[in-house]
Amino acid sequence: MRRHLTPAMNLLEVRGVSKRYGAVVALRSASLTVAPAEVHALLGANGAGKSTLVKILTGVIRPDAGTIEMGGRPVHLTSPASAPGAGLAAVFQDPSLVPDLTVRQNLRLTGADSAAVRRWLAAMDLRVDEDDLVGDLPLPLLRMLDLARALAREPRLLILDEITAALPADLVERVFLVIRQWREHGRSVLFISHRLVEVRTICDRATVLRDGADVGTLTLAERTEQHIVALMLGPMATSDDAPCPVGPDTGPQPEAAAPDRASAASEARLLLEARGLAMSGALRGVSFSLRAGEILGIAALEGQGQDALFDCLAGNRRADAGEIRVAGRVLAPRSPYDAIRAGVVLVPADRAHALLPQRSARENIALPLYNRATRWGLIDLRGEGTRAGAAIARLAIDTRAQRQVRRMSGGNQQKVVVARWVAAGFRVVLCFDPTRGIDVGTKRQIHRLLRDLAGAGAAVLLFTSELPEIALVCDRVLALYEGRIVHELPAQAADEATLLRLVHGLVREEPVG
Amino acid sequence: MTDPSAPGLEVRRPMAAGRAIRRSAWTVTIVGLLGALLVVEKLVHPALNVFDMQSLVDGALPLCLAAMAQTAVVLSGGIDLSVGPMMSLVNVVSALLMTHATSGQAVLIALGVVAAVVAAGALTGAVIVATGVPDIIVTLATGFVWGGLALHVMPIPGGAAPAGFAALMTGQLGSVPSGLVVIVAALAFLWEPVHRSPAGLALYAVGSNRAAAYLSGVAVGRARVAAYALGGAFAALGGLALTASTTNGNAASGTSYTLTSVAATVLGGVSLVGGRGGMIGPVAAALLLTLINTLLTFEGVDPNFSLVVQGAIVVLVVMVAGLVLVRRRGA
Amino acid sequence: MTPSPAATDRPDTGALRPRPAVRWSAARRSLADRPALTLAGILVLLLAATDAVSPGFVTPHQLSTTLLYAAPLGALAAGQTLAMLTGGIDLSVSATATAAAYLIAGLGAQGTPRALAVALALGLVVGMTNGIGIGIFRVQPLIMTLGMAGVLGGALTLASLTFTNGVPVVPDAVHELGSGTVLGYLPLNTLVWAPLAVVLLVGLARSGLGRAIYAVGDNPLACRLAGVRVWQVLLVTYVLGGVLSAIAGILLVGYTNAADLNLATPYLLQSVAAVVIGGTSILGGSGGYAGTILGALILTVLDSLLTILNVSQAGKQMLYGAIVLGLAWIYARTALVE
Ligand SMILES: Nc1ncnc2c1ncn2[C@@H]1O[C@H](COP(=O)(O)OP(=O)(O)OP(=O)(O)O)[C@@H](O)[C@H]1O
Ligand SMILES: [Mg+2]
Repeated sequence: MRRHLTPAMNLLEVRGVSKRYGAVVALRSASLTVAPAEVHALLGANGAGKSTLVKILTGVIRPDAGTIEMGGRPVHLTSPASAPGAGLAAVFQDPSLVPDLTVRQNLRLTGADSAAVRRWLAAMDLRVDEDDLVGDLPLPLLRMLDLARALAREPRLLILDEITAALPADLVERVFLVIRQWREHGRSVLFISHRLVEVRTICDRATVLRDGADVGTLTLAERTEQHIVALMLGPMATSDDAPCPVGPDTGPQPEAAAPDRASAASEARLLLEARGLAMSGALRGVSFSLRAGEILGIAALEGQGQDALFDCLAGNRRADAGEIRVAGRVLAPRSPYDAIRAGVVLVPADRAHALLPQRSARENIALPLYNRATRWGLIDLRGEGTRAGAAIARLAIDTRAQRQVRRMSGGNQQKVVVARWVAAGFRVVLCFDPTRGIDVGTKRQIHRLLRDLAGAGAAVLLFTSELPEIALVCDRVLALYEGRIVHELPAQAADEATLLRLVHGLVREEPVG
Repeated sequence: MTDPSAPGLEVRRPMAAGRAIRRSAWTVTIVGLLGALLVVEKLVHPALNVFDMQSLVDGALPLCLAAMAQTAVVLSGGIDLSVGPMMSLVNVVSALLMTHATSGQAVLIALGVVAAVVAAGALTGAVIVATGVPDIIVTLATGFVWGGLALHVMPIPGGAAPAGFAALMTGQLGSVPSGLVVIVAALAFLWEPVHRSPAGLALYAVGSNRAAAYLSGVAVGRARVAAYALGGAFAALGGLALTASTTNGNAASGTSYTLTSVAATVLGGVSLVGGRGGMIGPVAAALLLTLINTLLTFEGVDPNFSLVVQGAIVVLVVMVAGLVLVRRRGA
Repeated sequence: MTPSPAATDRPDTGALRPRPAVRWSAARRSLADRPALTLAGILVLLLAATDAVSPGFVTPHQLSTTLLYAAPLGALAAGQTLAMLTGGIDLSVSATATAAAYLIAGLGAQGTPRALAVALALGLVVGMTNGIGIGIFRVQPLIMTLGMAGVLGGALTLASLTFTNGVPVVPDAVHELGSGTVLGYLPLNTLVWAPLAVVLLVGLARSGLGRAIYAVGDNPLACRLAGVRVWQVLLVTYVLGGVLSAIAGILLVGYTNAADLNLATPYLLQSVAAVVIGGTSILGGSGGYAGTILGALILTVLDSLLTILNVSQAGKQMLYGAIVLGLAWIYARTALVE
């Protein structure tokens, strides 16, 4: 088949594909071409229709109109099972491994060549016990497994829908390694990510989707990030996002804002103190303090105890030892309820743990308002509407599919989780990777929101898997390694290289000054 | 960058045997409970003999098979509220057809009935998949249909079954109750082959996470239909067991098995959400439920009071076991 | 977010169809927004069918009888609706109703208010026990309530032996409540049911508890993280269910004017059927009482239709099943368009 492909010929050719769900138009008319041996980026804001296009390409859903050709031949897929036959394999945005089966069974389920999967895992330097239940594995490992499984199918076009969103920096590197190998073998990759830095690192060309239609294809090396962002967000967004100038992905200059915020914060009162927090196997004595108006970053690779730290601060799990104080008062939460009453709220890593998928955006946002029996009486609908509406407006949530949150795009779902606490109010917010899977425009809105919240006297504890984010939003940063805080430094000093060393536990070698 | 000790990615590796036990902790608990209860019974009544074992197995056989039918469907993420009425229907139809049959003919009739019920199960599954109507409604409706049919076939109890056929399911094989042989055979020849095949994997997968299974390329509809067909096979055997043990047909004979089969399934450690559990647990739970009843009757407890005790015991077992498991998971 | 799997995922070719089809799909969409409308349509159709079979069915008198029959089921299915909205199920509703009916008949001689109070208290205690088991000890609702049904059933049988010492009498007031009418046609039991229905409808849509009930059914983990104390919600849900079942038992015994051990038994599956036909998901988190009310009415009219057709008990059951399936299918076609 390959021999039909002259270099000039396109591998994938998508023309005028559209898809609507009832009243919601997910894709208006999308066209896309991918050349052989090309890493092609698919860009677009949350809800632009990227995942919908991926699902159409892989036969998960059928388009209302439009044509798809692979290597010059039309493809009509009827189910995901038929995608590999057409030379397509995808890693979907939502994990597609079955949680109650073991890794081995999952591989058998798809008829994947398990030897090949093992080879790919080894190539990425990963070790997986095939008898582990998939549901017991950490999310990043699941994503890598998904990737290995897709690679084992030897597709001519590999589709990666936000695979890096849940990956720590070191794993992203390994994914890139594989992508490069793939391209060297003359095969192509369709790469979706909201991290423009990644896109510029690994991709050749990019097609930008906006509101369900393609608005341009560009060669990445020739364009500035400004140009790309403007294309993604449209003319409207650039003008009314005025307070936050559209710059490179690194956004507004941290140097300008950070120092005076930090100095102001040093006099503000202590909102959150942790002393010697320990939890078997995960945390080994973590102490820090957080002042009103401050954003404290946590930098760590996967599995260094950050989950346990956030969970025990939020009352979701109990620490074995140590003390938490909120505004000077000891907090020993037995459940999240206690922490929330004390003003400590959590934006969890996995939005599926926070959302009511079948309920409306408004009900999701208003949920904490009814969390105690004394508030179980009649609802003040007007008041609730105002509060929820204000939060929706403040986060600029796309409300097209708001009747059921599960229909909203991933990024908008994430915003709903944050909006909930904006509407309910809090003293300390624990944000665990709040910008995971969120587009550049929204990411900035969330950064700005976090700063606004801090400016209004709240304290923010922020873990992010995207290291550059730390210098952007935080005042200080703690590096967590194997359940301990190995270093603390002001955010201005936290450039990516330094952080990367620290999160690998390389403190000693750090050059002084 | 490729630090081989990338933490968090090596999943801590408990010993394989320990893990296998932990994963089936619930099944082990239920089987253990069953064993313990048998031992207690033996101690209290040293006179317990093979005959008592026999009556326990005979009494438990229909429920065991009903629980297996329910489990096959529940594992695939569905629920079958037509198990009981279907057993009634099989009971009356087989009793009617077997009235004047020889044992040999009876076996042929039984096979025919099983085949027909498998087809009916597959049809139920196909209706669920094709219409998109939730499992519970479709099976509630088909339950009404089967029950009505049973009543139509046999408005008043009647029919018969040849002794040879009855002995096949409720007699003895050597010194082993043949009911036990039926259960083991159903497990070994109906469940295990499916369980080990790709189809069995697909069945668990669609129960565990239908969307993920679909994305993984599983033919979701086919797997669900297969689950109902398999459930049909077990339900048919359950109905035949009713015929064998009562040697007549009664349109109400299966009614109670719908809910008790669900109870045995859940008590046997199968998640009602689907995808989690096995077949041994529900069978053990069905035996356990019957044994509790038998024991109480032996003790001379008023049968009505034994109903009270049985209800309370089931709830207590689930409560205590649940607390223990939760405690352990928390640690 | 999650794709609908295989066979249910038919390509929606709405955009390519000529105009009338577009209008039809628009109509379907607006029906999808208001599933109760579809159910109401089905109810009207059934009434029309019944009227066609037996001219003169749609008379005030017959409609009044329909309401009279539907009220106990409606009350019983109310408890079931609440349990299912939280993702559970209550298999003890009929046993609780029977037990309440027994108490009314057994204690009737000692004064109506006392009998009523004891019957309602029984519902409360049963519901509380269910709620404690499910909410605090995390027993699966199905097992807990099935066990409870067993306990109640056995206890009732034992108790019924002692009741024969006295003469069980249903107090006149209860009998009147369960079978009488006012203003000619309005059944008294509807006057009990209607306010309950209003409280439930408003409560589910507009109270904090209602929101919590839906939320717990949709995602208990999310509730926990949002500070909702799930056990309290479950406890209150099952307590309400117990009391509602007791009320249903009172209405039922008022209608039959005599308690027997299987008084409410046939209503167990019917209560489940009314709720699921009404569009409430057994997995919790979506649906509501409006659908259940219509479901109960539909089942009741269907019953009358089959009685009028004068089919055998067997034929009646089969038709009942077939029609429930057909209705659910129509409903799924219109109300569940994705
Ligand atoms: N099953 C569905 N029903 C209704 N609307 C849907 C459904 N699936 C997607 N949509 C809508 O289609 C639009 C496009 O969604 P899609 O998931 O393709 O966005 P995306 O570009 O992948 O966004 P993100 O970056 O947030 O993942 C969104 O507005 C979404 O709400
Ligand atoms: Mg997406």
